[in-house]
Amino acid sequence: MERASENFEAATASAALSRGLGRSYGDASLPASPADVVANSRRADRILGFDPGSGVLRAEAGLSLRDLNRVFLRRGWASPVSPGTQYVTLGGMVASDVHGGNHHVAGTFGEHVRSLRMRVADGRVLEVSEQTEPELFRATLGGMGLTGHILEVELKMERIPSAWLYTETRRVADIDDLVETLLESSRRWPMTKTWFDSTQRGPGMGRGFAVMGRWAEAGEAPPQPPLLRERLSVPPLPIGLVNALTVSVFNKLWFHSQSRPRAAIAHPQAFFWPLDGLLHWNRLYGPRGFAQYQCVLPIERDTRVVRRFFAIMTRRGCPSPVSVIKDCGAEGRGLLSFPKPGISIALDVPLRGERTQALVDALNEIVLEAGGRVYMAKDVLTRGTHFRAMEPRLPHFLEVRRKWDPERRLRSALSVRLLGDDV
Amino acid sequence: MKAVLLGATSGMGRALSRLLAERGESLFLLGIPADDLSRSAKDLEARGAREVGWLECDLLQPKGFAGALERADQALGGFDLVVVSAGLFGSQERLEADPEFCQKLLAANFANTVAFCEEARKRMLPRGGGTLCVWSSVAGERGRKPVILYGAAKAGLTRYLEGLDHKFRSEGLVTITVKPGFVRTSMTEGLKPPPFAGEPDGVARQVLRALDRGTPVVYAPPIWGLVMLVIRNLPRFVMRRIGF
Repeated sequence: MERASENFEAATASAALSRGLGRSYGDASLPASPADVVANSRRADRILGFDPGSGVLRAEAGLSLRDLNRVFLRRGWASPVSPGTQYVTLGGMVASDVHGGNHHVAGTFGEHVRSLRMRVADGRVLEVSEQTEPELFRATLGGMGLTGHILEVELKMERIPSAWLYTETRRVADIDDLVETLLESSRRWPMTKTWFDSTQRGPGMGRGFAVMGRWAEAGEAPPQPPLLRERLSVPPLPIGLVNALTVSVFNKLWFHSQSRPRAAIAHPQAFFWPLDGLLHWNRLYGPRGFAQYQCVLPIERDTRVVRRFFAIMTRRGCPSPVSVIKDCGAEGRGLLSFPKPGISIALDVPLRGERTQALVDALNEIVLEAGGRVYMAKDVLTRGTHFRAMEPRLPHFLEVRRKWDPERRLRSALSVRLLGDDV
Repeated sequence: MKAVLLGATSGMGRALSRLLAERGESLFLLGIPADDLSRSAKDLEARGAREVGWLECDLLQPKGFAGALERADQALGGFDLVVVSAGLFGSQERLEADPEFCQKLLAANFANTVAFCEEARKRMLPRGGGTLCVWSSVAGERGRKPVILYGAAKAGLTRYLEGLDHKFRSEGLVTITVKPGFVRTSMTEGLKPPPFAGEPDGVARQVLRALDRGTPVVYAPPIWGLVMLVIRNLPRFVMRRIGF
């Protein structure tokens, strides 16, 4: 049963899990059993204070990034970290410890969080920070909502010269070019990301383009602030439009549309959240739906692991229109934060039963062998055994969880699958 | 505009107060409890309101209305917009089973809302008028099986507001009746939304347009205007058969 209320604190009193806008690809915001009460924070979205001197903002956990941007971009402030959609709440950004294209300079969202107001499993409501409860604080950043209900978030916003971006786009020929371009441009640009054609095999495997960006200076940008809006909406479709053929055609067109290197002033929505312009884009996958898969591969020892990963992915056939690679900076302070130094690869995976499970298993073998890990916020197919083997920090997290929630009252479908909680 | 809002902490009232805040208006919030009001006041300040004051005022305690509006008047230096989006909701089953709650709901949604509007009217008319914007409901358009009691209170309120608008518009007091159909708010939480359910933000945008233009009746979302046109004209024997 789901409970959404403006009074989120009351709604969490007997809840086993809290969730925000429900846009995570995986099962992190789904209940472990149908009998569990899930508190929904989307109506608890008040801004409780903002100090224009220091940029410190305090708000209820259900405030969406979209609303935050609507209020603050025009005033010269931005979230220090922006994930790939604006339809995410502050609470969700903390619980997933999200990262963005600027990870190599800004770190994860959790690095900018100063304090949290939380309801812990025994019902108490506490102010949790690095000073008051460092262990609980670190376990909550990236803790997928399993350490307590996040009620309020206090974070430090980033001062920006304008609400527009200056970007440069450059094509890359293959996987080696892709990795090299990414590593090289990260040294000079605060934001980088690349898109690659996941259907291309052979010598052109990994071809695509890289986008580098920074906030535009006031002189470069249009004087008016950018408008944030949805443009088109996809109706519910009887069958999916995403298959090997359509993706292959789409990817080729997309690749060739970026034929020359170019510099441009970009709308923040086009740069950070390209899919937000198309409401209900997930319906393109049809009634069977899709999942995402994202992993990070440490490559300081061996860049060939990326090539092996790509070979498996393209051989097994994974028609993914949205495939993004970027480089990660340092590991966050969250006990289960996803990023670590290396290359992060994100794929859309249309759900096709056993075949998809086998693909994810094979990819996870590579990740495990390379010393990488998968991103829990997007995952729905990783097996508990794989996850536990990938995550040397897990015992520490479980110890903190045992201390604050010995009976494991807080749980989700994800904690059942990956951490072995009872249904 | 200088606006007094009763019920701005939740649902459609919250959405409308944010649009007013973004336009830089001065706001004064009435409602309960104090903690909720102070948090909403901070939110509206951060979103750009010129100034935001608040005071506890319970729709179930009509004795407090005059004093609350007096305080709002002083704080704002005279208001020219009053919005009442507060109200109670209960299912027909619950109201039939619980006479005490039924009394409360009838009082809050009709008699007390009227008392509040009368106080507001008395303050605004002598200084040239202003706008009174009150939430009624499409449930008041016909006697319908699923909402007999709630609908009856809203029907009374709708007729009162209609009369008010007829009598005082020429003296400068514009009355706007908002008639929402199904809107996804915490009031309708747990009910199954019909095909064209609305969102609070969309309704707030519609109401803001009506405030600027002085539109006397707002069906929200607009499709409910058509739906209710049909319902209002259905013969009695058809109404008797359908469960709508």
